Amino acid sequence: MVDVPSDVLAGIPPAEVGEVDLYHPRSWWTRYVFSQDAKVIAVQYAITAMAIGMVALVLSWLMRLQLGFPGTFSFIDPSQYLQFITMHGMIMVIYLLTALFLGGFGNYLIPLMVGARDMVFPYANMLSYWIYLLAVLVLVATFFVPGGPTGAGWTLYPPQAILSGSPGQEAGIIMMLLSLILFIIGFTMGGLNYVVTVLQGRTRGMTLMRLPLTVWGIFTATVMALLAFPALFVASVMMLFDRLLGTSFFMPTLVEMGQLGKYGGGSPLLFQHLFWFFGHPEVYIVALPAFGIVSDLISTHARKNIFGYRMMVWAIVGIGAMSFVVWAHHMYVSGMNPKFGFFFATTTLIIAIPTAIKVYNWILTLWRGDIHLTIPMLFALAFIITFVNGGLTGLFLGNVVVDVPLSDTMFVVAHFHMVMGVAPIMVVFGAIYHWYPKVTGRMLNETLGRFHFWVTFLGAYAIFFPMHYLGLLGVPRRYHDIGGTAFVPASAHDLNAFMSIAALIVGFAQLVFVFNMIWSLFKGKEAGGNPWNATTLEWQTPQTPPAHGNWGKELPVVYRWAYDYSVPGAARDFIPQNEPPASLTPKGAHP
Amino acid sequence: MAETVLTNAERRRTTATGWQGIVADWSSDQRAFKNVSWGKAMMWIFLLSDTFIFGCFLLSYMTARMSTTVPWPNPSEVFALTIAGQHIPLILIAIMTFVLISSSGTMAMAVNFGYRHDRRKTAMLMLVTAAFGAAFVGMQAFEWTKLIMEGVRPWENPWGAEQFGSCFFMITGFHGTHVTIGVIFLIIIARKVWRGDFETERRGFFTSRKGNYEIVEITGLYWHFVDLVWVFIFAFFYLW
Repeated sequence: MVDVPSDVLAGIPPAEVGEVDLYHPRSWWTRYVFSQDAKVIAVQYAITAMAIGMVALVLSWLMRLQLGFPGTFSFIDPSQYLQFITMHGMIMVIYLLTALFLGGFGNYLIPLMVGARDMVFPYANMLSYWIYLLAVLVLVATFFVPGGPTGAGWTLYPPQAILSGSPGQEAGIIMMLLSLILFIIGFTMGGLNYVVTVLQGRTRGMTLMRLPLTVWGIFTATVMALLAFPALFVASVMMLFDRLLGTSFFMPTLVEMGQLGKYGGGSPLLFQHLFWFFGHPEVYIVALPAFGIVSDLISTHARKNIFGYRMMVWAIVGIGAMSFVVWAHHMYVSGMNPKFGFFFATTTLIIAIPTAIKVYNWILTLWRGDIHLTIPMLFALAFIITFVNGGLTGLFLGNVVVDVPLSDTMFVVAHFHMVMGVAPIMVVFGAIYHWYPKVTGRMLNETLGRFHFWVTFLGAYAIFFPMHYLGLLGVPRRYHDIGGTAFVPASAHDLNAFMSIAALIVGFAQLVFVFNMIWSLFKGKEAGGNPWNATTLEWQTPQTPPAHGNWGKELPVVYRWAYDYSVPGAARDFIPQNEPPASLTPKGAHP
Repeated sequence: MAETVLTNAERRRTTATGWQGIVADWSSDQRAFKNVSWGKAMMWIFLLSDTFIFGCFLLSYMTARMSTTVPWPNPSEVFALTIAGQHIPLILIAIMTFVLISSSGTMAMAVNFGYRHDRRKTAMLMLVTAAFGAAFVGMQAFEWTKLIMEGVRPWENPWGAEQFGSCFFMITGFHGTHVTIGVIFLIIIARKVWRGDFETERRGFFTSRKGNYEIVEITGLYWHFVDLVWVFIFAFFYLW
């Protein structure tokens, strides 16, 4: 599809004139540590996010050990168990996935894919990372304060989050809220950069409808984050005041340890509304970049244009907009007006439409494609499977009458781990295998990668598929030990043990992945500039890894969309976005 | 990185107007908002995000006020002052509102003189705006002091629902912080204007980028926003 606006054909003037007003680092410190280069910031974000993600992975092992073999590990007491689930959830959702997709992939890919030299405000971008790092350090510090980290569950529901019965009530909850506030401030600085770069910083010929879907996904997710995080910010500030100053925003009158507490008149439900007004868009803040990236992975590795590009874009935007009006489906059992349940169930089910469009389009892209089962492709296929799986259980939980008996069971845990845990992580892995050659100039090891894929994919199913069944049996979530409950058969305990062993194996497979990343950095096969024969601009940089400023002297000029794969009559099975159409090419030049 | 030079924006803008112009801009390359610089776009998007923060604060306050079982203190009485033997309700808030709205006027004039490269008048008007802002924060401090002396705390007050104090200190405090940050920015930018940074293309201390007089307008956007937020706080907190 060569859709060149008529005025572009009339001859293209230079994209940028005069001196390139970039910040040029003068020392090792400003080049690699306090760097204003989006690519370095992206790597900093990614390493920090993956490091804190490893902490959350270890926490999940501890939880699984307790669930699989209750009573065997005496060092895990009920309070610690609650602290583990809380920190595992919080880290995975916010500090790993959000930061990695937007801060990591966003920073690396947006300027390269839109043909810019850097983000539009490199200094704010640098601050964004350092504030994020500070937020992570405050979070890590909660493990070492008296009372330990908060054990309120990742939703931090009041009143229990700040009452004396909850673990981490002394300092953990305060530092958790402070860390969230810092994260939001840091994210806002980065997020403004991503949005303005996509809207205002594109190169010549790069229209919005020629953007790779990766950019569309990250862009839409960033806009959503800028509108959703304020609710979490406000909720965090108010709960911090409840805890520190003794205000009663969220705290009703209640009896605590036999004593009438100091609080009175607040509304715990208000917190839930604020939290989920953030929390539901957050699901899509994680999912939309994954949708975008996986579209590019599938198109590149199936050597076929993405099916229904425009529909894919509108589906991303539609899902983003709809996700702001479904939040109370997390609150069916919180005590709302039943009519709200009807409204939120309807909107929730409507979101299934654009989501289904995307899934069908991925499958139709694969249909009769020249599918290369490379590791990124394997992960992309695994994403489709796990996402469809998690999405279908989402239809169960979106209905009020089905949700009520399933609330707070392992079914919910299985659902959201499938849909926003495993599925986006599959995309993260696929994206790392796909773009690692561009970031480092070397390929990741293929054998280790295949081992990593199969263990992770099959292992994730071994963990989470039986969990649905446990949930249907009525096994509750967030219980330290379900004990000898009558309705839970003995086989359920065996299943729990099986899942725990699978979780340990999957966890260790991630160490193989980390080893692969470090080993390939030095010993990996040289990648060259465009190992996957991809069309998008980041593969067309003069140097690999891209140098400071991304594009030598002149910015690239874009002539076509991002998906010119296997174009009939073309010399190669891909045409880069910056390759002029034949009518503009001088005779005898490269076709 | 330097802002890209637009190569075909002019022609598109003259050929399409109204809705078609918007469609043409959004389907064009380089920029969606053709004549908007990066800095201005960033400020607008930031203000959109900040709107959600104040929106959440105000909605939370309204929820608290409507759901509390204890009567809400009457703001007309609480915020009344006795001046020269006269008991005047909301007088201080009225003055504060007047001062803040006036500051938006001086700010708008500063923007105008900025684009005319009239450094002296621009800097003076920005400083006047900052002075109005500082006066506003000062009066807010006076109001806080008065209420604290009367026994209002974030966790209790003598007249009714304790959420009154919580919401009051939180929302006016958050708004006051915005005003204070605005005052600091106004002073910094006024100094740059006064020194002629935008004539000599002096590079910024942190960002090492050249600035121009548009920064006056961008600061103004923030200032007008803070002003607008106050109008909502005034309406929903004091007049309700």
